[in-house]
Amino acid sequence: CASSVSACSKLNKTLRQHYLNLPQGGKCQVTYIWIDGSGEGLRNKTRTLDEEPKSIADIPEWNFDGSSTDQSKGSDSDMYLVPVQMFRDPFILDPNKLVLCEVLKYNREPAETNRRISCNKVMEATKEHCVWFGMEQEYCLLSMDRYPYRWPKGGFPRPQGPYYCAVGADCVYGRDIVECHYKACLYAGIKICGTNAEVMPGQWEFQVGPCEGIDVADHLWVARFILHRVCEDFGLLATMDPKPIEGNWNGSGCHTNVSTKQMREEGGLKYIEQAIEKLSHRHQEHISVYDPRGGEDNKRRLTGLHETANIKDFSHGVANRGASIRIPRQVGQDGRGYFEDRRPAANCDPYSVAEAIVRTCLLEGEDGE
Amino acid sequence: MLLSLLEYRTMVCNTRCVLHKHVRLNVPGETLVSRRLSPPVSRCVITDDKMATSASACLSKVVKQRYMELPQGDKVQAMYIWIDGTGEGLRCKTRTLDSEPKSIEDLPEWNFDGSSTYQSEGSNSDMYLIPAAMFRDPFRRDPNKLVLCEVMKYNHKPTETNLRLACNKVMDMVKDQHPWFGMEQEYTILGTDGHPFGWPSNGFPGPQGPYYCGVGADKAYGRDIVEAHYKACLYAGVDICGTNAEVMPAQWEFQVGPTEGIKMGDHLWVARFILHRVCEDFGVVASFDPKPIQGNWNGAGCHTNFSTKEMREEGGLKAIEESIERLGKRHHYHIRAYDPKGGLDNARRLTGRHETSNIHEFSAGVANRGASIRIPRSVGQEQKGYFEDRRPSANCDPYAVTEALIRTCLLAEEGEEPTEY
Repeated sequence: CASSVSACSKLNKTLRQHYLNLPQGGKCQVTYIWIDGSGEGLRNKTRTLDEEPKSIADIPEWNFDGSSTDQSKGSDSDMYLVPVQMFRDPFILDPNKLVLCEVLKYNREPAETNRRISCNKVMEATKEHCVWFGMEQEYCLLSMDRYPYRWPKGGFPRPQGPYYCAVGADCVYGRDIVECHYKACLYAGIKICGTNAEVMPGQWEFQVGPCEGIDVADHLWVARFILHRVCEDFGLLATMDPKPIEGNWNGSGCHTNVSTKQMREEGGLKYIEQAIEKLSHRHQEHISVYDPRGGEDNKRRLTGLHETANIKDFSHGVANRGASIRIPRQVGQDGRGYFEDRRPAANCDPYSVAEAIVRTCLLEGEDGE
Repeated sequence: MLLSLLEYRTMVCNTRCVLHKHVRLNVPGETLVSRRLSPPVSRCVITDDKMATSASACLSKVVKQRYMELPQGDKVQAMYIWIDGTGEGLRCKTRTLDSEPKSIEDLPEWNFDGSSTYQSEGSNSDMYLIPAAMFRDPFRRDPNKLVLCEVMKYNHKPTETNLRLACNKVMDMVKDQHPWFGMEQEYTILGTDGHPFGWPSNGFPGPQGPYYCGVGADKAYGRDIVEAHYKACLYAGVDICGTNAEVMPAQWEFQVGPTEGIKMGDHLWVARFILHRVCEDFGVVASFDPKPIQGNWNGAGCHTNFSTKEMREEGGLKAIEESIERLGKRHHYHIRAYDPKGGLDNARRLTGRHETSNIHEFSAGVANRGASIRIPRSVGQEQKGYFEDRRPSANCDPYAVTEALIRTCLLAEEGEEPTEY
């Protein structure tokens, strides 16, 4: 359907490849990526360096116009980009790089949506616990008219049931994007550990992890950038809205799996249960940081139906997908492992999520503040 | 229909675009010339999408590649590029040389028919092409070359739009001050129907906000062109130092620099040529019009960053402030130099809104994007560096812009006329 993909995706890709194959001497193109004022959107711009940076230390700070990204006023608009993680560029290839950056205001204080700084402090403070995370990013593919990709115009596909992990053109919508995204992430050095088709047709999931500490959030943000960029090439859109379609259709979350060294060792289940106990006392505090709108977005998703827990209650259970926290069956049997917090929305900021979990489980007292 | 009042300057050299409307080209000395471009070679327009790309873009690139890969012995193709009578348009033609030129000295002078480029009368039409700067050719690849040329009239005097000659003289005078420039070239990608690329036909996208440095098919319109242009410039040897998506959708920016002296103008003109040529290949059009869409849509400028050796050293902020002081006294002189129509083009863009200063007033400020001159925050803090003149229009002549900055800031000129040396 012609209107479903963007005009740009119809430009001649053979021609593009001729240009992208041009040798570039010793120069290196470095694309700086940052989170904008919405706390959900990603921005990027590119510069030339005279040679390939070997590590993050070789990449200079930069700046940008914050008044154009909802981050500052025009009269005092300069904001700083501080490189924090470097990846290979899967679009224009080696030696070129993607660089995730933190944003600082003109006075070098963190920008409002720079949640990485405080997350990093918390991770440093709990380093000896070796906290591992795995985050399951769900998303939905949309056509340019913002309706789910390949859904009949003005209508709906068959009800959910046949789509989860399916195969076949009648059940699977847009696998090309998923395959390309996976390869691009592997090339870039993102710790992508899996993908699957999700319950709603056109909905997919990829998982990033296991990563220690801040890495999970860095890798997840860049994996999101790569997803948007791959979709841009194909002329489609990826949405992380937690409830893209109202009614009897699944929402999208970012289930977060967590473990500490103690939880992973013999008898670790005890520590898992302690952590869940602590989490149970701070349910509302977590909900308020599990989406970019203080919980308003998640209200549309956490209804208690469609494999979610109700947003008002905290619950947990072994193998229970209707609970806030699920302990995998295997973990219950082995007596050690990890737990899954199913509350974060697909459009959450992983820095905020990881920080909240570590604060509650490892830093606060019993009823913690 | 659509934006029939849209005027844009394109490189009108043998194009095979499918333009179904009349294109108004402003010709010096004439009020309005309506020109219908020659009929297309083949009718290949994406029929279900009014975001039309040209017929050329539909020709098989695989077929083309087979021919382009043919070895050419020792022969070298040199494409001579020059600025035409509009002061904005670029022209080009190619000749075969018997061996690869090692430097500009190996390139012979040439000539062309100036009556076909708004540059001379038919009765005395020969004009001279003097090679000025040589680059690798990213379209035909090594050993072929792109050669930027100055244009001279039949009597060996510079043409009206040859602003390089005067600029070069002035740059020579201040050589020991090592003036560096960085120019931020903004532009808009249009379909061959004149409407911005990726915009809904007969309509507008959502308001500005999400597009600046954006990612995603609903935010970035035409990235392929930008990527291809960047690589082509790197290959060619143009000092391209960055790119980003701009505030208006389908608007982009690339930066050239830091480059010293006359090279700024040379590199920027060749980068513009490469952009037009890449767009031609993809079947779209690049416009440097400073206000392509009226209303609540950003215009396109060519912010010019400038520094001297003194400004870059300890305590250089003093020299920066002196320069800004001098610029403040010569605002209208610069405005006249900053677009090809003596300020008329910029009048549509410099309104005081959309991150511009008002064309009637001069202002300067640290990190202030609504001022004529912006001093970057880091420069204010380090007390040295460079400053940014935000006034030049996207379709400015970089030779005129850089010359004006040197005259006012370094040669301390005043008044409405340039000094004769």
